Amino acid sequence: MSKEIKLMKGNEAIAHAAIRYGADGYFGYPITPQSEIMETLMAEKPWETTGMVVLQAESEVAAINMVYGGAGCGKTVMTSSSSPGISLKLEGISYIAGAELPCLIVNVMRGGPGLGTIQPSQADYFQTVKGGGHGDYRLITLAPASVQEMADFVALGFDLAFKYQNPAMILADGVIGQMMEKVVLPPFKARRTEEQIRKEMPWATQGKLKGNKRNVITSLELDPAVMEENNIRFQAKYRKIEENEVRYEEFMCDDADYLIVAFGSMARISQKTVELARAEGLKVGLLRPITLWPFPTDIIKKYASKVKGMLSAELNAGQMVEDIRLAVEGKVKVEHFGRLGGIVPTPDEVLDAIKTKLM
Amino acid sequence: MTMKEEIIIAGFGGQGVLSMGKILAYSGLMEGKEISWMPSYGPEQRGGTANVTVILSDERISSPILNEYDIAIILNQPSMDKFESKIKPGGVLIYDSYGINKPIKRTDIEIYRIDAMDAAAEMNNSKAFNMIVLGGLLKIRPMVQMENVLLGLKKSLPERHHKLIPMNEAAILRGMEIIKKI
Repeated sequence: MSKEIKLMKGNEAIAHAAIRYGADGYFGYPITPQSEIMETLMAEKPWETTGMVVLQAESEVAAINMVYGGAGCGKTVMTSSSSPGISLKLEGISYIAGAELPCLIVNVMRGGPGLGTIQPSQADYFQTVKGGGHGDYRLITLAPASVQEMADFVALGFDLAFKYQNPAMILADGVIGQMMEKVVLPPFKARRTEEQIRKEMPWATQGKLKGNKRNVITSLELDPAVMEENNIRFQAKYRKIEENEVRYEEFMCDDADYLIVAFGSMARISQKTVELARAEGLKVGLLRPITLWPFPTDIIKKYASKVKGMLSAELNAGQMVEDIRLAVEGKVKVEHFGRLGGIVPTPDEVLDAIKTKLM
Repeated sequence: MTMKEEIIIAGFGGQGVLSMGKILAYSGLMEGKEISWMPSYGPEQRGGTANVTVILSDERISSPILNEYDIAIILNQPSMDKFESKIKPGGVLIYDSYGINKPIKRTDIEIYRIDAMDAAAEMNNSKAFNMIVLGGLLKIRPMVQMENVLLGLKKSLPERHHKLIPMNEAAILRGMEIIKKI
């Protein structure tokens, strides 16, 4: 084989991709269904090869604050967890967004609320794209639908995080984390040297050298006039991200009478639904948001005047459906189909939902 | 013609259901197929039922989760209750009679029995059970070449277990001998 094709779980792909991206540090705390991320990193021992730090913190809260500290030094750092663990990290995520620092957070979602179940879910959509933590901040949110995208979005997530000095999240679920597929891992990239960090990230706390100004990393600003300025700057950045970074994939949408909108594992299941529908002569297409924030509003709006109905297929009680309804501005019927609490539907259940809710 | 096999393997936790699927998946990788391997990942590992969906295909795979299967390998009654009705008409059911105590109702599928539990006991190796079943599958649906199965075994087993490959090969060959059409 000329290209290095491997077979692995989505979680394992994240770990390998992080090492190959030249990440400086991973800080985490185990939780199903994403524990293989840290397990793989520990087995690979990147501290012996690239020098990457892998650390099991004493808690999720400690882990996200280690990420905060590492990011403040201009390092390429990440953490991962699953739903209840992400809830614990939200204070830290808000601080990191408020301090305008780049980092990567992975959420391999499981059924909630509370401790819930370890089975797959997409019920953290609201938490991720509408805030979660306090304050007017946004998380760049990538929704992988394959093991290959689990690997690829590590680089994309870090690149976007550094480009906008903003935390980025990979929002996956138990299906994508646990399944094995073929994957081509990215080539190895060297970690940034201290000199490169000083040059590329003049804001980073790298120790005050003679002639340099003092860098302070904080989200605190007691003067509300200055704090408003900060917020205006954040919002301008968010508008720029909304303009430039929307990503989505269309599958048989061109002639579609009905459109399924689904992300992550539900997009994979819905792709089969499209195949089943087409075999019956029903013109169904699939629009897969790859970025959940920024949300692909414009393309959905475009289809609103072309299709007879849209179905938001989600592993939750109806979250993304609200953003779709906002996008279509009432021009077309938008219904929701979801299974809850860790139950994953089969492709024919989604097809039944199209027939009963839209036809 | 392009090939696509959608397979469910289901049984008790600890029977080697997931690892059998894994070896099949790695064999498919060696064969250059598209693959998806989707396990149940609950507390099944410690008893209860476990299952894995394996898809081997010449084309890109859409859903890793299916509502019906070309082939079902069923190794206990709870799994039979759950998956017997989900085999495509004309599809294949392979079962070990050891774990099955209710008659099979389907008449529109090919049914094969493999007494793998007994054969494993005869081989004095209960761990050979899942490879015997895999052998049975490969006899009736030779979706991957034997040489690629051996390469798949090599890829999926840690190096310290590579000495077990000849035993696994023997178990696969035994499974090919004992599978019977009902």
